Amino acid sequence: MLLALLALALIALVLAAPLIVSAIKRRRPARRRGAQDELEQLSLYDPGRERRAEQRARELLRSCVNEEEWSMYRDLGFIRVAGKHARRETDKSGAPAYAYLVYPHKPIVAYVPASGQLLSEYCVEFPDLAGTGGRHRLPASDDVLAKWMALTSDEDRVIRRANLHLVGRQHDPARVRRDLWRLAEWERRRGPRPGIHQKSR
Amino acid sequence: MKPGHGELLLAEGDPRVQEDEERLVEEFRRQLDEGMWAAVPVTNPGSGRREAQLVRDYTDIPVEAERVIFFPRASGG
Repeated sequence: MLLALLALALIALVLAAPLIVSAIKRRRPARRRGAQDELEQLSLYDPGRERRAEQRARELLRSCVNEEEWSMYRDLGFIRVAGKHARRETDKSGAPAYAYLVYPHKPIVAYVPASGQLLSEYCVEFPDLAGTGGRHRLPASDDVLAKWMALTSDEDRVIRRANLHLVGRQHDPARVRRDLWRLAEWERRRGPRPGIHQKSR
Repeated sequence: MKPGHGELLLAEGDPRVQEDEERLVEEFRRQLDEGMWAAVPVTNPGSGRREAQLVRDYTDIPVEAERVIFFPRASGG
């Protein structure tokens, strides 16, 4: 019985041998091509490209936002954008009922400036529409500018498109509260100016 | 704004010159057809704050605008 099984296995191996050999032959050039592509990508990789793109993005952001927002981004790493909707029709005191913190490559955080209460995270991204298939993303400052433009031009549209979560999914709430404290301190050092003021807690 | 590249100059010209304007309109439409959003940074005359104005048509571009910025449309991350 065992001898018969061995004989059958030997026959199967002999029959499958041409298939195995051709499969190995096919894989070798593909592996070589992959190595060549990798080598070409390495030789074309420009380590300064991303740094230059970010530098241009910072200049573009600076030319679009106001002086306070630019200084905020430069000093703190995020920008605050006032929400456009009033809490009630009668609530037209001028101070926004809520505001957003715009971080590069992180969700937008909505919060209440008067109390510092964190409301929600809005996960939004600006994907490559050209469909090049890479995992490319905007430089950090372009990402902030895109969020700023989307929020200040059509807040409702960008919020509708975003994925809504409670704060804590991608942002550490303690870190965001610390950022609000840093913002309040930053504003205190800059002195009284018109606009939103973050309450220090 | 292009992912992986950052800012790229697509077209420039004087919209008062017909040839330039045709080129600008063509590029504007091409970008919108590719699904990009277009915005012009402006100063809100009421609040004095800087904000962006989305433009959906070439004729929506404010006359005083120096540039139009195209950026990928937002999607849920």
